[in-house]
Amino acid sequence: MNVVINGREFPARPGESALSLAQRNGIFIPALCYHHKTGSLARCRACLVAVAGYDELQTACNLPVKSGMIIDTDSEQVKSYQRLIVDLLLSSGEHDCLSCEQNGDCTLQDAAYYLGIEKPSFKLPIPDSTVDHTSEMIVVDRKKCIQCHRCVEACNNTVVNEIITMSERGFQSRISFDDGMVMGESNCVQCGECVQLCPVGALIDKNSIGKGRAWQLEKINTVCPYCGVGCQIELHVNRKSNCIVKVSGIEEAPPNKGMLCIKGRYGLDFVTDKARLTKPLIRTENGDFKESTWEEAVSLIAERFNQIVKDNGNESIAGLASAKVTNEENYVFQKFIRREIGNNNVDHCARLCHSSTVAGLAASFGSGAMTNDINDINKADVILVTGSDTTAAHPVISGRIKKAVRDGKTKLIVIDPKQIALADYAEIYAAQRPGSDVALINSIMQVIIRNDLYDKRFVDNRTEGFADLKTEVLKDKYKPTNVEKITGVTAEKIERIAELFAEGKTGSVFYSMGITQHTTGTDNVKSIANLQMLCGNIGKPGGGVNPLRGQSNVQGACDMGCLPNVYPAYQKVTDAKTKDKFEKFWGKNLSDKAGLTVLEITDGIQQAKIKGLYIMGENPFISDPDQNHTIQALKKTEFLVVQDIFLTETAELADVVLPATTFAEKAGHFTNTERRVQRLNPALRPPGNAKHDWEIIQLIANAMGSDWNYRTVRDITTEINAVAPSYAGITWNRVANNGIQWPCPTIDHPGTAYLHKDRFARGLGLFHAVKFKEPAELPDDGYPLIMTTGRVLEQFHTGTMSRKTKGIENIAKPMVMISVQDAESMGIVNSEKVKVKTRRGEIETNAFVTKRIQKGVIYIPFHYAEAPANRLTIRALDPVAKIPEFKVCAARIEKI
Amino acid sequence: MLEKKEDALYEQLRAIVSDMKNLRNPLIEILHQAQKLFGYLPMEVQRFVAEELEIPVNKVYGVVTFYNAFTMKPRGKYVINVCTGTACYVKGAPRIIQMLSEILDVELGETTEDGIFTVTAVRCVGACSLAPVFMVEEETFGRIETRKQLQEIISNYRQKV
Repeated sequence: MNVVINGREFPARPGESALSLAQRNGIFIPALCYHHKTGSLARCRACLVAVAGYDELQTACNLPVKSGMIIDTDSEQVKSYQRLIVDLLLSSGEHDCLSCEQNGDCTLQDAAYYLGIEKPSFKLPIPDSTVDHTSEMIVVDRKKCIQCHRCVEACNNTVVNEIITMSERGFQSRISFDDGMVMGESNCVQCGECVQLCPVGALIDKNSIGKGRAWQLEKINTVCPYCGVGCQIELHVNRKSNCIVKVSGIEEAPPNKGMLCIKGRYGLDFVTDKARLTKPLIRTENGDFKESTWEEAVSLIAERFNQIVKDNGNESIAGLASAKVTNEENYVFQKFIRREIGNNNVDHCARLCHSSTVAGLAASFGSGAMTNDINDINKADVILVTGSDTTAAHPVISGRIKKAVRDGKTKLIVIDPKQIALADYAEIYAAQRPGSDVALINSIMQVIIRNDLYDKRFVDNRTEGFADLKTEVLKDKYKPTNVEKITGVTAEKIERIAELFAEGKTGSVFYSMGITQHTTGTDNVKSIANLQMLCGNIGKPGGGVNPLRGQSNVQGACDMGCLPNVYPAYQKVTDAKTKDKFEKFWGKNLSDKAGLTVLEITDGIQQAKIKGLYIMGENPFISDPDQNHTIQALKKTEFLVVQDIFLTETAELADVVLPATTFAEKAGHFTNTERRVQRLNPALRPPGNAKHDWEIIQLIANAMGSDWNYRTVRDITTEINAVAPSYAGITWNRVANNGIQWPCPTIDHPGTAYLHKDRFARGLGLFHAVKFKEPAELPDDGYPLIMTTGRVLEQFHTGTMSRKTKGIENIAKPMVMISVQDAESMGIVNSEKVKVKTRRGEIETNAFVTKRIQKGVIYIPFHYAEAPANRLTIRALDPVAKIPEFKVCAARIEKI
Repeated sequence: MLEKKEDALYEQLRAIVSDMKNLRNPLIEILHQAQKLFGYLPMEVQRFVAEELEIPVNKVYGVVTFYNAFTMKPRGKYVINVCTGTACYVKGAPRIIQMLSEILDVELGETTEDGIFTVTAVRCVGACSLAPVFMVEEETFGRIETRKQLQEIISNYRQKV
C-alpha cells in the first residue's frame, strides 16, 4: 500500500495513521497531544493536514491512511492553519522559554520553530497562574499547560494511578488531582509518568531544576537499581558536575514500557551522596577506622584470609554476595569463595526472600524462577495476587495488572492480610490470617476438585502425584467451613475464589514475600504450584507461577551460583560430573560439600567455626531476623571485610571496608524477575578511589597468590557463557536493548518468554500433598498480636539507597500499621508514638491507624535502622529453604 | 442533630447508588440525585459516590466541574439563571446581571447571605424572542428592563420563603 506525502510516495502499513507514516519517514508535522503510548487523542488540532478528495483538513494523528491517498503537510495553506492553532496555544498561558526546564526538549517550542512563530498574537486569560510546588518530586505549572490530555491518559491509562483529571471547561479547564487538591495532598504516588509524557514544561521534575539544559545532558541507558522488575532507565547526566540530573523510563523497554516508580525516577540521589565511600578503611588498634591505600587494604585482607585458612582449614571463611551488583561481579565472587578459599560457603539475601521459591518450584517443576513474563500479564483471564503488596514493592507490575483489570478482560483476586492498593481493583479480596496460606490454598483446591473445575487433560498428560494431592486436599479439615476457622476467610468467599479462579481459561498467580517468608515457605510455594498445575495454567502465555523478585539482581545473583549448593545455572556442587567440569575449567580442586546458608553462617560464627567473613553489598545488620543475634555474630567475627558504597551499619563493624561502585558507574548485566538479562552502562565517574566489585575481588584473589586476569567485564561475561548452560547464548553482543530471557542455550536461540511449554524442566510436574502447619510463634496472652513485616512504596530494603533522597524521607517514615479496632481498644490514636515488643526485643515507632489491616495484625516496614523491625522478628527457619519467618511472630503494643 | 440528618442523607445516597450502579454510565444521574439530596456536591459527597461506585474520585470531580448543572457550593433556595446567550447578551443580559448583583449584594455565581438567592449565568435557554431572559426554577421572565421590575420579582420570591 503506497501513500503520497508532499509529492513523495511511501509504503504504508495497514491501519497506520498519517502522522505515524510521516514520522517514520522523517516528515515533521506539529503534533502536541499525540504520544504512541496514549494513542491519538486528537485534542490539540495542530497536526492538521490536507488530503486530496477531502473538503476539510484532517488531523493526521487519527487519520488512517488508505492506498493511493495523497497528503499535503507543508503547503503554505496547511501551515497557516497549523500556525493559527499553535499560535492560539501559545497565546493561552505564559509559555516563557528562558528558564523553562523543557527548553530544548519541548514539543510546543519545536512546533513554533517549525512554523516560524516569534511571539503569540493574542492574549488569552490564564485560569490559574499559581505554580503548585506542594509535591516532593513534581512541580505543576498550569501557565505552561496546553491541555493536551497526555498526563491524564498517562495517569489513568498507562500507570493506572487514576489521580489526574481535566476539570472545569472552556477557558477555565485545567488539570486537577483527585477532587481538586494540590498535588502534594492528593493520593499521587509520584511515579512521574505524567512528567515523562508532558510535551511542555507544565509538569517538571523538581530536583532537576537548574541542573542543566536538555542539550547539555548526555543520556545513558541502563537498568534501575531497585526492585526486580528491571525497569530500563535513561540517565540524563551532566558531565561537568558528574551528576544525574534526571531519569526517564525507556519507552521501548519490555519490562516497563517507559513507566517507573518514585524510587527509580526520583530516588537516585544516593549515587552522588557525600557519604559515599571513596577510600578503603582499615580498623586500627584503638578501634577507629583509618583511610588506607588499596595496596595496604588488599594485602592485609590477603594475609589474614590466608592465615585463617592455614590455621582453621578452608571451611572457616564464608562470603555473602549481593543482589545489587552485576551478574559478572556475583560470578567472580562465588568463584573467589569456591576456587580461592575452597568451600561453598557463599550465599546472599535471596536466602531471606525467595529461597523457598527456588526450593519449592525446583521440586514441583524442576526450575525455580518466575515462569512467565511481564509483557503477557494482560493475557490472563484471572490473576491471583497473594502475599505481595505489588503496588508498593513492584509498582510497575502492579500498574500492568491494574491496566489489565481496567481494560475489562482480566479479573483480579487478592488474598493478603493487608488490604493492599490492588485490593481496590479486585473482584474478590480476602484477608487471611498470616501464616494460614496452605490451609486456604488446599481448601480452594478442594472446591475446584469437588466441583470438577480442574484441567483434567493437563493433570493427566503433564503431571504426576495427583492422587496424593487429592487425598490430602479432600480431607475434611480443608472443607471451606473448617478452613474459615483457621484463616478467617469465609467459606462462601473460598468457594467464590475457587470458582472465579478455575473458570478463567488462563490464570496466573503473582506472589512475593507473603508466601515465601514463613517456616512453611517451601510448602506455600508448592501449594501454589499445585494450584497452577491443577488448573492447567503452566506453560502458556499469561499464566504461570510468578514469584516477584525483590532486588534488581537477585535473580542474577542466584543464577550466578551465589548459593551454597549450586554453581552458576543451578548445577549442583554435590554432582561429581559438575564438580569435574568446574575443576577443569577453573584449574583447581573444588569442594563437593554444600556450604552454609546466610543464617547458618552467623550460627557458624557463634560456634567459632567461621572466622572470616567477606560481605559484598549487603547489610545483614538491618536485613536479617533477630537483630541482636546478628550483631553478636558480626562482632564476634575474627576478620570481617565489607565491600559497599556506604559505611552501612554492617560496615561499621568491619575490620576492613572497601569502597565499591554503584550501578550508575559500572558495566555488566542484571537479570530481572522475568529472567531477562539486561545491560548496565556506566554513566558517571566513580567517586574517589572506589573500584568496581569485580576489580576488588580480582585484586584480593591475586594478592592471595592466584592467577586472575580479567581485563574487562566482557571477559567475565564470556566465561559465564561458557560455564552456565542457560546463559550460553546470552553473549555481550546479543543482549542489546531488549535483553534476553534465559534459558538461552545457544547463540541463535531467541530466549524464553515462558517456561515449561510442552514439558516441565523435570519432565512431569509433580504434585505435592502439603499438610497445613501453624507458624512457629502464635499470639498468646502476653503477645496477643501477629506482627508481619514488609516494604513501603517509597523506601527500599535497608534504606541504604532510598533514604539518601530527601523527598523520599519526607514521605515515608517509620511506622507500625494497626487496625482501627485494635487501636480503639488500646486507646491509640494516629501518629501516636508506641512501643512494639516481642520476645526478641522492642522498638519505638509511630502508630498508623488504618482500616487496611485486619484486627489482630500489625505491620512494620523493615527499612529503618532507628526502628528496626528485625529487632523483633523471629529466627525460626523453613526446614528446607532455611528462610526465616519474617512474616509471622507474636507481638504486643504498649502506649508510651 | 445536623450530623444525624447528614447521616440519613448519606444512607439515602447509598441506596440510590446501589440501585443505579449497574446501569450503563450511571455517574451523571447519580450526581443529579445527590445534588437533589444535599443541595450541592461538596468533596465529601463526591468521595462518597466514588467509593460506592468503586471508581476513582478524579472521574467524579471531572464530571462535576464540567457541567454547569452541578455545583460544589451550596446554592440559594432560588437560583436565578440569567441567560447570556447571544440574543440576550445583545439585548442587555450584562445589565441584568449587574442590577441583580447590586440589588442582592452578591457577585455572579454567589449566594446571598440569607441563603435565598443564587445568581448564575447560563447559555441560551431557547427563549430568544423574550430576550433578555432569566429563569427562576421553572419560571421564565422575559423582556425585563428596569430595576423596579427586578425588585418586584425578587420581593415576590422573598415573600414565598
